[in-house]
Amino acid sequence: MPYYQDGDLAKFGNIGKDAPELAKAFFDYYGKVFEEGALTVREKALIALAVAHAVQCPYCIDAYTTATLEQGCAREELMEAVHVAAAIRGGASLVHGVQMMNHADKISM
Amino acid sequence: METSAAEELQESRPPRLAVAEQLMAIGQADIPSFETHLKKADLPSLTADATSIFQVNVGKLCNQTCHHCHVDAGPDKTEENMDWPTFEACLSVIADLKPQAVDITGGAPELNPHFRRFVREVRALGVTEVIDRCNLSVLLLSSQKDLAAFLAEQRVHIVASLPAVNEAQTDAQRGSGVFHKSIKALKILNELGYGKAGSELTLTLMSNPPGAFLPPPQSSAEARFKSLLKRHHGIEFNHLIELTNMPINRFLEYLLHSGNFEPYMEKLSAAFNPGAVRGLMCKNTLSVGWDGRLYDCDFNQMLEMPVQPEASRSIFDYKKDLMDGRPIAIANHCLGCTAGQGSSCGGATA
Repeated sequence: MPYYQDGDLAKFGNIGKDAPELAKAFFDYYGKVFEEGALTVREKALIALAVAHAVQCPYCIDAYTTATLEQGCAREELMEAVHVAAAIRGGASLVHGVQMMNHADKISM
Repeated sequence: METSAAEELQESRPPRLAVAEQLMAIGQADIPSFETHLKKADLPSLTADATSIFQVNVGKLCNQTCHHCHVDAGPDKTEENMDWPTFEACLSVIADLKPQAVDITGGAPELNPHFRRFVREVRALGVTEVIDRCNLSVLLLSSQKDLAAFLAEQRVHIVASLPAVNEAQTDAQRGSGVFHKSIKALKILNELGYGKAGSELTLTLMSNPPGAFLPPPQSSAEARFKSLLKRHHGIEFNHLIELTNMPINRFLEYLLHSGNFEPYMEKLSAAFNPGAVRGLMCKNTLSVGWDGRLYDCDFNQMLEMPVQPEASRSIFDYKKDLMDGRPIAIANHCLGCTAGQGSSCGGATA
């Protein structure tokens, strides 16, 4: 049986079974975050899709692929969001090349 | 370069599911029934008000074979098309009912040989709004060169299908090459004054999601369509309406074959919005089939679910006193009209 299963996302609410107050606080907060604000629901869904790829959460990827399509996003917008995640992840590795060079300089003649 | 009508016509797939099989599939979905949803929301059974929208499905002939088509229309559907005596019976009822709008749909309704005569005669009856549900590409057929000008001359409100403002998603739903044809046709309509500020010629775009998901919020989608179509193609239009795909006919087949059927039905059920019930189009619409049979909506028509009053099931036997207040025939596909912002031939209802 695969570790991640399609039906498991629908069971997300079950995390409230053992710590109901924390779960309620989280889900209330989560709901507020995705309401229309300074950012539109559509913009937030695209951000969530990018973050889902950065943290590689299979549930979030499915959920926010659907959510972005249901906000009228074109598929190229979804893919560009994934590239944003990839660029930040890749860039985050690469920019530490500066730390590597700093340290190499420090210990080198 | 213009292509011939014959070149435009694509092969239509035969229906893979009989109506009884479709009703069985949607009835067996693992969700509470539409009727149960109404009861849980303390809503009464649906009944019709007076008819203000007289919708005529003039037949299944179409120059496209869209993958989501709830009519199963196509170029091979040459038999299931309304004849003139049936149009005449419609005109007689329209004269009596004086509906707010006569809504002509298909197929590509313009390909019915009696379409233009019917539009003229409806206009002559003084009906304020005549709607043509247009697939856009029909305007480019060599046999229909003067169609756009005819629609403009008759002040017909055009409701044109365009699911997305990009080629990939539009063609995925409506067939290869349809996006570019749609853009070309919209430019023709704009040149005639359709969709332009200050013009009496109304151009509404209609979008169905290109997949097993719900439509976006209508108002924000309209703003986005307006911005992108203007910026990239110089196209203007008046309104955008968003429709939910109904789990019937070709879209049902797609759902079943792609493994999306149960998740989609669960989505419709979970998104049931009691606030969308009051605006359901079946409340004020009478739907006439190509053979004159009467239905509560175009979707019931495709599922062969007739209006309930047995003595008034044909336009030839229409009895107003039996139709106003009639109970509406329902099944689980009705959840498509009550999901989220609601869905109707006029767009969102909630």
